[in-house]
Amino acid sequence: MKDFTYVSPSSIGEVVGLLSENEGCAALLAGGTDLLVQLRNTNSDVDVVIDVKKISQLNDISYDVDNGLSVGAAVPCSQIYQSDIILEKYPIIIDAASIIGGKAIQNRASFGGNVCNSSPSGDAIGAMMALGATCEIVGSNGVRTVPINEFFIAPGKNILMTDEILVALKVPPPKQYSGSGYIRFTPRAEMDIAVAGVGSYLEVDRKSDQILSARIALVAVAPTPVLSTSVAQMLIGNTPIENTIQMAASLAQESISPITDVRGTAAQRKHLIGVLTKRSLNLAVSRVK
Amino acid sequence: MNNSMVSMDKHRSVGTRPERIDAKEKVTGSALFGTDIMMPGMLHGRILRSPHAHARIISINTANAESMSGVFAVVTANDLPEADDMKEKLGESTINYKFLRDNNLASDKVLYVGHAVAALAAETPDIAENALELIEVEYEILDPVLDVRESMSTELKILHEQLRTLGSTNDKSTNVAQHIHHVKGDPSLGFDEADVIIEREFITAPVHQSYLEPHAATATWGKDGNLTIYASTQGAFVTRRQVSQLLQYPMSKIKVIPTEVGGAFGGKNPTYVEVPASLLSYKTAKPVRVVMSREEVILGTGPGSGTSIKVKMGAKKSGKITAAQAELCYEAGAYPGSPVDPGSMAIFAAYDIPNGQIDGYDVLVNKPRVAAYRAPGAPQAAFACEQVIDELASSIAMDGIEFRMMNAASEGTERINGKLHKSIAIKEILGIIDDHPHYNEPIQGPYQGRGVAIGFWDNWGARSSVDINVNSDGTVNLISGSVDLTGSRTTVAMQAADVLEIPLEKVKSSMVDTDSISYADTSAGSRTTMATGKAAVEAAYDVIGKLKLEIASLWNVSIDSIRYANGVFSSNKGKDTNMTFQELAGKLSGQVTGHGNVNVEDWAGAGGGTIVDVEVDPDTGQIKILKCTVIQNAGKAIHPGQVEGQMQGGVVQGIGWALYEGYEYDKNGKVLNANLLDYKLPTALDVPNIDAVIIEKPFPSNPYGARGVGETPIISPAPAIANAVQKALGVRLHRLPMTPSRILEEIGITSE
Repeated sequence: MKDFTYVSPSSIGEVVGLLSENEGCAALLAGGTDLLVQLRNTNSDVDVVIDVKKISQLNDISYDVDNGLSVGAAVPCSQIYQSDIILEKYPIIIDAASIIGGKAIQNRASFGGNVCNSSPSGDAIGAMMALGATCEIVGSNGVRTVPINEFFIAPGKNILMTDEILVALKVPPPKQYSGSGYIRFTPRAEMDIAVAGVGSYLEVDRKSDQILSARIALVAVAPTPVLSTSVAQMLIGNTPIENTIQMAASLAQESISPITDVRGTAAQRKHLIGVLTKRSLNLAVSRVK
Repeated sequence: MNNSMVSMDKHRSVGTRPERIDAKEKVTGSALFGTDIMMPGMLHGRILRSPHAHARIISINTANAESMSGVFAVVTANDLPEADDMKEKLGESTINYKFLRDNNLASDKVLYVGHAVAALAAETPDIAENALELIEVEYEILDPVLDVRESMSTELKILHEQLRTLGSTNDKSTNVAQHIHHVKGDPSLGFDEADVIIEREFITAPVHQSYLEPHAATATWGKDGNLTIYASTQGAFVTRRQVSQLLQYPMSKIKVIPTEVGGAFGGKNPTYVEVPASLLSYKTAKPVRVVMSREEVILGTGPGSGTSIKVKMGAKKSGKITAAQAELCYEAGAYPGSPVDPGSMAIFAAYDIPNGQIDGYDVLVNKPRVAAYRAPGAPQAAFACEQVIDELASSIAMDGIEFRMMNAASEGTERINGKLHKSIAIKEILGIIDDHPHYNEPIQGPYQGRGVAIGFWDNWGARSSVDINVNSDGTVNLISGSVDLTGSRTTVAMQAADVLEIPLEKVKSSMVDTDSISYADTSAGSRTTMATGKAAVEAAYDVIGKLKLEIASLWNVSIDSIRYANGVFSSNKGKDTNMTFQELAGKLSGQVTGHGNVNVEDWAGAGGGTIVDVEVDPDTGQIKILKCTVIQNAGKAIHPGQVEGQMQGGVVQGIGWALYEGYEYDKNGKVLNANLLDYKLPTALDVPNIDAVIIEKPFPSNPYGARGVGETPIISPAPAIANAVQKALGVRLHRLPMTPSRILEEIGITSE
C-alpha cells in the first residue's frame, strides 16, 4: 500500500475543493470497507484520502411526508436498520442493509459507499433502484440530481466527475398500497456477495387490485445493476397473483445474459433470477399497505 | 512404572474443565503471535512468487531491486547450499530436503502459481512490496498439468524429469511419485460371492487449512554466529531441523522460539518463511521478519490434497461385506508427499473386510505442494467409502447403522494393509448413534434428510519432553518442548498436577524454545495431550522419586518406607513422619527437577461418527445444516471442554469441506479464489449448534487411558452430509464441495 495523505474536512464545500485540487488522485472515505481493501491490494493512484464521516449532512437520515426519505451517503447500515421510519416505510432498505457483509461490517459500511463502489452486485443499489431513488451529487458546478438507474456505467465505474461527491440518496414518499422487497442469493449466510439479487417494488390499485406501477431491479447479472423495464411493463395492469408473478419471473430470466465467473455460472444466475424475482415479488406483495 | 494407569483416586484435575492457561492472554489480545514480534532495526521481508504454474527459470536479475533505496538484500535459491535427497518423517507426512529446498526458494523450475522465487528485505513493508517488481525473472513457460488423472497418464507434462515411481520398476519419467498396493484375501473371489456390488468414483477439491494467522517468522543471525528464529510453527524442533538441513548449519547454533500459533491443522510443519528470513538476516546483519498475506498463504503454502477416488464394494443380501477395492489418486502438488498413505490406511479402517485391495497413487500436479491437514487423507477417503456403504445398505434394504454394525472392525481385525486393530470402539460408536435421540426423532419437513457416517484415524505417538522444576513455595514450573496449538499447556499440566497431587493452580506450564529442553516431535497427529501428557506424568513421578530421596535423608529413614498420598509424605519409621509437598519444597537441600522424555510407540487410534440433518432448497440448491451430533471415543477426556471443542471444530471444518471450500483453477493453473471472499469458509451463521458426545474406552498403555482426539472429528461430516442430501433430494453427490450450483446441476435444473 502506498502512502497517502488523510484529511477529514467538516463541510461539503471543503470536500469539493479538495477533490478539485487533487483531480483523480483523491478518494472519499466513509466506512472504508471497500476502499481500504482496494488501497491495500492494488497499485492505486490515490494520494489523498478524504474522510467524509465528520460532515453532519452526510450522516443524517431524514424524512418528511412531502419530500420522502434522505439517507446521507456516509450513514452506516447499522444506523439504517435502527431507523424506525425506514423500518415502517421502506423495509426493502432494511432487507439490503442487514445483509451487506456481516454484522461487524454493517457498523461501518454505508449505502452511499455501496452505490459509489458501483459493483454489479451492490445490494444497496438493488434496493434503491427498486424504490426509484435519486442520487444527490455536489461538485464545483453545484448540485445535480440523477436517477439511480442512470448512475452506473460499468463495474466499478459511475457518472461521478472527479470533483463530485454523492451527498445523499433520496427516496420519494411511499405511495399508498405499495410494497417492496429485496432478496439475493449467496452460498454462505453472511460475509458474502450476491450471485444474483432482485429488488421488487409494486403499487396496486386498492379497488381493482391491478398493479399501477412496478420496478424490478436485477443485481449481479449484468455489468451494472439494472432495472428491467420489460418486467415492469408486463406487471402493470395485471393483478399480483401467482400466474402474473410466474410470468414476471420468466420475463426477468429472458431479459438477462449473465456471465460465468468464480462466484456463479451463467446458467445458475439465469435460473436464480427467476427464483428471486418470484420471491422478491411475493415479499413486496406481502408488504403492500 | 509408567505403563500402568494412574489410579482413579488421583484424578483431581483430569476430567474437569479448568480455564485454559492461555485464555486470558489470548482474549485480551496480549498473547504474542508470529506477526507480533518486533525488534529494533528490524527489516521487512517479502517473497517474489511465480505468476506461472509451470515454467523453467532462465535467469533472475536482482540488481535493480538491490539498488533501490531502502532495500537491504535480495536472496534466491543460489544463496542456499545444495541439499541432499534425505527424506524424513515430519508429522504425518514425509519431507525430502531437495524438494523442500526448492519449495522454499525455486532453483531450476517453478511448479505452481505462487511458488517462491526470491525474497528481499527492506526498511518498510511498502518498500519491500514495491521492490519485488524490480526483480526480473525470465521464464520459459511450460504446459501445466492440473488434473490428477491426466497427470498420471501424461508423458509430456512432467514436473521432475528424474522422478520415478516408488513401488514400481518402470524406469520412465513420471508424475506418479509412489504406488501403494495392499491386498488381503482374494478380492475377485469376494466380488464373485457378492449379491450386490456398488462401484463409484469421487472427486474432492484441494482445501486449505485456513488458519487465522498467516505464516510468520522473525530471524536474527547474530554476530556470534547464532541464529534465532521466532516462528509460528507446530514444532520448534522440526522447524530447527529443516532450517539446519537447508542452511547446512549446526542445530546447536539455531534457536527456534515458538510463538503462540493462530491455528495450524497440519499446515505449519513445513518451513516457508523461516529460511528466507534467516538468509536475509545473514546478509543484512539485522533482524528480518517475513509475514505472509492471506493470498500468499493460499497460493504458496500446502493445502490438503485434491483427490480422485474409485471405490467398489460388494455385499451379501444378508448384509455381510464380501470384498472392497479402492483406487486412491491424491494430488501431491509440486513435490511428492500427498497423504495417500494415511488415506489408504483410513479408507476401510472401520470395517472388517475379508477380501480387499487398495491402490494408492501419489501424483504430482502444478499446484502448491500439499501439507498435512487434520487427519490427512482420511476425509477424502471417508467421503468415498461412507457413501458407497450407504448405497450398499439401501440396495439390500438394510438400515445403514445395522449394516455398518454387521461389518464393523473390532480389536484384532486384520486390516487390508495386514495390520491388526487395537481396541477401536467402532461398535460402541454405532451403538450410541443407534440409540441417540437425534438419530431416532422424525424428520420435520420436505427436502430434509438425515445422514450418518463414521470414521477412524490412527493418530500418532512419538517423542515428547517435559521438565518440572520444584520451587521453595511448593509451586512448580512445567516446561515442555511441544508447541501448544489446542490448549495442551493446560491438559499437560493437569496430568502432572494429578500425579504430584497438587492443585492445578500451583503448576505454571509453558512451552519453551529449542535451547531450553530436549527434543520433542511436532504437535501433530492428535498426539500432544496424549504423548506430552505422558512425558509430564513421567517428569512428575521423577519429581516424587527425588523428593522421596530428599525426605528420606531429612528423616534419616530408608526410602522404601516413604509413602506419598493425598499430597503428604509419610513414613512408618522415625519421628516427624508427615510432611506436605509444600513443606518439603521449603526445606529442600538442593534443586529438584523431574525429567520426562518419552518416545510413545504404543498409541491407539480413535473412531468417531456424525449424525446430521440437512434441508435443501430445491430452487436454489442451497444446503442448510439443521442439526448435528458428533460422537467420538476419547479414551479418557483429560479436559472434556477441550475435547468437545476439538470435536466441534473438526465438524465445522468438515462442513467447510462438504459445502463451501475448494481451490478453483483456470486452465493455466491460476487460482481464481485466492482470497477469503471467494474461497468460502463457513461462518458462524452457516454452522448449527453441534452436540458433542464423548465416549471413553480407555487405551491401557496411556497413564490416563487417553487417545488422540483432534483429527477424527473432521473425517465423517462430509460423507454424513452427502448421505443426508441423498435422503433429502434423492440424488447422490460424488464431488466436493457440494455447492448450490452443483446441486442445481445434479437435480437437472441447470447444466454446464
